[in-house]
Amino acid sequence: MLTFIVRRLFAVAGLLLVVAFVTMVIFYEMPQWGGQTPATMAVQYVGKQPSPAAIQGVIHRFGFDRSFLVQYIDYIRTIVTGTTFSDGTQDIVCKAPCLGYSFRNYQQVWPTILGDLPVTFSIAAGAGVLWLFFGVASGLASAVRKGSLLDRASMVTALLGISLPVYFLAPLLSLPLAYRWSILPAPGSYVGILSDPGQWFLDMILPWTCLAFGLAALYTRLTRAGMLDVLSEDFVRTARAKGLSERRVILKHALRAAITPIITIFGMDFATVLGGAVLVEITFSMKGIGFLAITSIQNGDFPMMMGVTLFAAAFIVLANLLVDVMYAVADPRVRL
Amino acid sequence: MTTILEPGSAPAAEPEAAAPPGEAIEGRSPGRIALGRLKKDKVAMAGGVTVVLLILTAIFAPQLCSLTGNDPYTTHTRLIDPNLQIPSGGFGGMSSRHILGVDVPTGRDLFARVVYGARTSLGIAGLATVIAIAIGVGLGMVAGYFGGLIDSVISRTMDVMLAFPLFLFAISLSGVLGYSAFGLTGNTLRIVLLIFIIGFFSWPYIGRIVRGQTLVLREREFVEAARVLGATPGRIILREILPNLTAPILVYATLLIPSNILFEASLSYLGVGIRSPMPSWGEMVNEAIALYQVDPEFLIVPGSAIFLTVLAFNLLGDGLRDAFDPKASR
Repeated sequence: MLTFIVRRLFAVAGLLLVVAFVTMVIFYEMPQWGGQTPATMAVQYVGKQPSPAAIQGVIHRFGFDRSFLVQYIDYIRTIVTGTTFSDGTQDIVCKAPCLGYSFRNYQQVWPTILGDLPVTFSIAAGAGVLWLFFGVASGLASAVRKGSLLDRASMVTALLGISLPVYFLAPLLSLPLAYRWSILPAPGSYVGILSDPGQWFLDMILPWTCLAFGLAALYTRLTRAGMLDVLSEDFVRTARAKGLSERRVILKHALRAAITPIITIFGMDFATVLGGAVLVEITFSMKGIGFLAITSIQNGDFPMMMGVTLFAAAFIVLANLLVDVMYAVADPRVRL
Repeated sequence: MTTILEPGSAPAAEPEAAAPPGEAIEGRSPGRIALGRLKKDKVAMAGGVTVVLLILTAIFAPQLCSLTGNDPYTTHTRLIDPNLQIPSGGFGGMSSRHILGVDVPTGRDLFARVVYGARTSLGIAGLATVIAIAIGVGLGMVAGYFGGLIDSVISRTMDVMLAFPLFLFAISLSGVLGYSAFGLTGNTLRIVLLIFIIGFFSWPYIGRIVRGQTLVLREREFVEAARVLGATPGRIILREILPNLTAPILVYATLLIPSNILFEASLSYLGVGIRSPMPSWGEMVNEAIALYQVDPEFLIVPGSAIFLTVLAFNLLGDGLRDAFDPKASR
């Protein structure tokens, strides 16, 4: 088991290096294919109108005058060991894990991301519970009562769910619920869970619902298809032949087999949302990681955007690892 | 397979039904059988008809708009209430001349913009799907057929890409390249960029499916026979394996289009895709979202366009999947 985890950890590190490499290509190399020079890029990174000498300094500091590989190794080393930036007047110490410094906002990238994480985590946690529960429950009910009115209703709902984008569903729900009848707080209001849990919960209901609806729809379809597959297998017939109650056959035998792939996908989806629920955060003006990503890209704050991308990738890769380890615990063959 | 009759004269009977005595038994290709099943699926056919109508709308957008005498760029500022900054007269400024109302703040005709938006959405999503299918099918077949090192490299690449935060990468890419690069400027560049970004990020899914199917197909006798006859790998892949992949490719292409439509609309909604004045549904939602409490019409028109289009493609795709593979999802 230990060797398995160690081996997987190496794979995780390798994957993150690849992600960092691609991110570097996007932010350091691609602009040059698009016709930008190191000088114009340097201006973007600094975000002021500096003198030519200052631009030269920035080019050198960011390593635009060196080969791409050197820049890449530098970037990785900075993450591991930290570094000290200078904005001309004072030195900024960036401790490891140093994802860079935003000269646009005069902010360190890593602490900024950590500061925005609670909002994103609030969205992900609540929505995750909702979409997993409702997705699996309605998929299960659909599969068991296949062809019934319930099955049809849930399949139609699921179809609506996968076809409705968050930024259309959100206004459709908030217009009556928040603006007309004022049952729920209007989009854009958010208080931390620690300062007022009740208000936090109310504020989160709409974002949770909007994010969870589409994903629950997907999970309904997946669960239904998976359950229908499993229900026609021999071991289910055996379980029935043994005289087990139908409830036990479905919940203990069939669902257990059908839910494993769902949990894998859930791990990946949940991690993706943790790396920024971009559309929900933008639509509800919630200042989480996805919101940070969009504002960074719009302001040309590339160090910040690189940090967010790496951070999000780390979540996905780690979720992958977690799911693999869970599989290995459940099924010894995987460890080989 | 028998070749007694021309396949065109096939009666629309269930394939399982025994042929009545006296009539010649004739073979029907799997494609025809699937088409027969699809025709019986009313919901899928409704989706299919809607899809055809949408494509026609996109193609004949100028003619359609000339019916009401509007174009998507002309502003009608006098239709906007100067005090409230919403279309005057309520209902988003609907009138016989502007049948879906006008947008805010410049008063452009919403019908014309949503019709031209179909061009943007379907064009970008369609071409992106073509790219994704081309890369996915090509690499998937090569990986599945040759196996070994080639397979490892391609499969690893697909795994890595599926572990990427693709949406953030797409946002970064379109943000970094800005509005002037590769000798293109403005929305022309954005269109090309979006097609390539969306196409490039959606190929691994189809790639995996094609690889899996190819692994099965390459062990079949007809491939063996072709190999014994001395056919080159290129010929076997293109002439023997590819035709047998038509069904899954068609199904997944149909299901990929709606997700690509949503991809494009989402990027435009976030302000990193198509930008005004070019009409795109995502960009229209982006403009409308701040105003929907006072002028819901402006948001409902492009939002419904996205919803109905995606729904229609999903219905058709689901129907095609059921028709080609009746066992799946049943």
